Amino acid sequence: MSDEEPLLEVRDLITAFDTDAGLLRAVDQVSFQVKRGRTLGIVGESGCGKSVTAMSIIRLLPQPMGKVLQGQVMFKGRDLQKATDVEMRKVRGGEIGVIFQEPMTALNPVQRIGKQLSECFLLHTKMSRKEAWEASIEMLRLVRIPAPEQRIGDYPHQLSGGMRQRVVIAMALACKPDLVIADEPTTALDVTVQAQILDLMKQLQKEMGMSVILITHDLGVIAETCDEVVVMYAGRVVERAPVAELFERPLHAYTRGLLDSMPKLDTPRKSVLPTIPGMVAGLADLVPGCRFCQRMGREGPVLRERPMFEEIHPGHWVETCPNCFEEPA
Amino acid sequence: MEPLLSVRDLKMHFPVRGGLLLKSIGAVRAVDGVSLDIAPGETVGLVGESGCGKSTLGKAIVRLSNPTSGSIVFNGRDITTLGRHAMRPLRSELQMIFQDPVESLNSRLSVRQIIEEPLVIHSRGNSAWRRQRVDELLERVGLPKSAAERYPFEFSGGQRQRIGIARAIALEPKLIICDEPVSALDVSVQSQVLNLLLELQQEMGLSYLFIAHDLAVVKHISDRVAVMYLGKIVELADADTIYQNPRHAYTRALLSAIPEPDPRLRKKRILLEGDVPSPINPPAGSAFGHRVGHARYEETIGMDLGLAELEPGHWVAADPCCLTPEDWEKVKSESTKS
Repeated sequence: MSDEEPLLEVRDLITAFDTDAGLLRAVDQVSFQVKRGRTLGIVGESGCGKSVTAMSIIRLLPQPMGKVLQGQVMFKGRDLQKATDVEMRKVRGGEIGVIFQEPMTALNPVQRIGKQLSECFLLHTKMSRKEAWEASIEMLRLVRIPAPEQRIGDYPHQLSGGMRQRVVIAMALACKPDLVIADEPTTALDVTVQAQILDLMKQLQKEMGMSVILITHDLGVIAETCDEVVVMYAGRVVERAPVAELFERPLHAYTRGLLDSMPKLDTPRKSVLPTIPGMVAGLADLVPGCRFCQRMGREGPVLRERPMFEEIHPGHWVETCPNCFEEPA
Repeated sequence: MEPLLSVRDLKMHFPVRGGLLLKSIGAVRAVDGVSLDIAPGETVGLVGESGCGKSTLGKAIVRLSNPTSGSIVFNGRDITTLGRHAMRPLRSELQMIFQDPVESLNSRLSVRQIIEEPLVIHSRGNSAWRRQRVDELLERVGLPKSAAERYPFEFSGGQRQRIGIARAIALEPKLIICDEPVSALDVSVQSQVLNLLLELQQEMGLSYLFIAHDLAVVKHISDRVAVMYLGKIVELADADTIYQNPRHAYTRALLSAIPEPDPRLRKKRILLEGDVPSPINPPAGSAFGHRVGHARYEETIGMDLGLAELEPGHWVAADPCCLTPEDWEKVKSESTKS
């Protein structure tokens, strides 16, 4: 495999939920690539389909409602959508590690963290129990948990939120994965702890060379950690660009709206903040055309069909709806 | 100007029970000696990590809990020990907006009933007047009139927060305690709600105590900002000053931890090790000095670490572990003068 080839490539992924109102598409033809050793950020508001995209990749959609209708997830040259359940179980926690948002629900409350951590090694390697226990202590040390020999015997409730998230990261990284999917890994944490965790993830990425998909709604976190960014709106990718390019030259009205509506430390105090009017339509009411036009309630000529997704500058892709796409002068 | 709210040395301790007879074996010092003034029409922001006692302080001020000691003077009247009954007329002037608009709205009442409830309790007007008032309030917070006959679950997070705001302003209060009102909202909705709060403040001359952990949001909406750490205020100053020129080491660390939405500014952060110490057995001396293992920690045991006025209007904890040597000298010489 050449270096040019991406580690993960998602092509035309469509994921739908089977509801009383019919099959509703939460993810509507999403494509992106993750390069080796790089971090891809997926950003968007609640309900835009960013978590569903991640869950589709590792095939952990809620069953039986969640279905991937179309698309390929090429990971190291093979399609994960075609893998058997047994193969997938080896991939998850082995080659792909997952960090969930809520560290309390991601950990089993009635098992000591040592047991949960060694399980990763017992499932994915040929280690003995004793070796797995030793390896678990090493992992806790790696994620900078003080006194890991004692901590390994703790239950999750005995740890603080930041410590718990470190344990979840340790579990995700235990088998030296090629890819880590982190779904809002710091949303439930305080800013100071968030800074610790993001810093830790960056250092570990440097040491271990893995790729990361970071899902978040926080553009600040994106700016600090990602190499490339995918902006999702109502199940679709509206813009995709290298991080510096996206923040300097956002081309889609939604991306600009998101950036403008955040108060920054240099925004004049008590000034009126720009807002994005309206709200995201429910999945059942989404139009086939430009969905951001739908939110803005634009009148007059609007696209009836889906806007094209085009490469405007090298590596900078955007949905070219005539109302929402704007090239800055 | 006479402050609208004046909190002095407020303490809120919760007993920790243990043993066979569930005797009190200690206390969680959630709020441990806080003094704070809020002027009419002013917004004071309160920031700090989870568990620092900021929500407990907010709840103690509206007397949802009974303070252990200290005093709360609201509108010239000491409300620290007022009973439920005596407190009731004052509740019309002292309202609260909660973080989670799902849990803070009764899901079995229609939006009209929710907003009307405070008007009924305080026997304002007849039913026709109240009907009209609810319609006005809905319009004011940017919801359609048709929303009145619907139920909370039919609304999105941002709309629910607007319902909570309509209820809080129904009685035309003077002070609203906003406990993380936008933390659960998406950024585009967050800015809508912040704009609404600012507009209402201008129109009605409201004062806010704005509790949040998002420092950019707090800076945007506040006139003054108080930084809380382990039950105590460690720095209090004008909002612009505290962000441009923080003097306390904890404030500096907190500010440097904010991820800025600008990839060119990937800054060198001041990373704090460890977590906030437990408020059950707080360190004897400087709590922050203890966390960072400061060399002068031993000196602070038994020292008075209360706030000192470093510059006019800029208050900071007189703590040698957390100030630069120059600031510490200044604080020391000020205190010997007085």
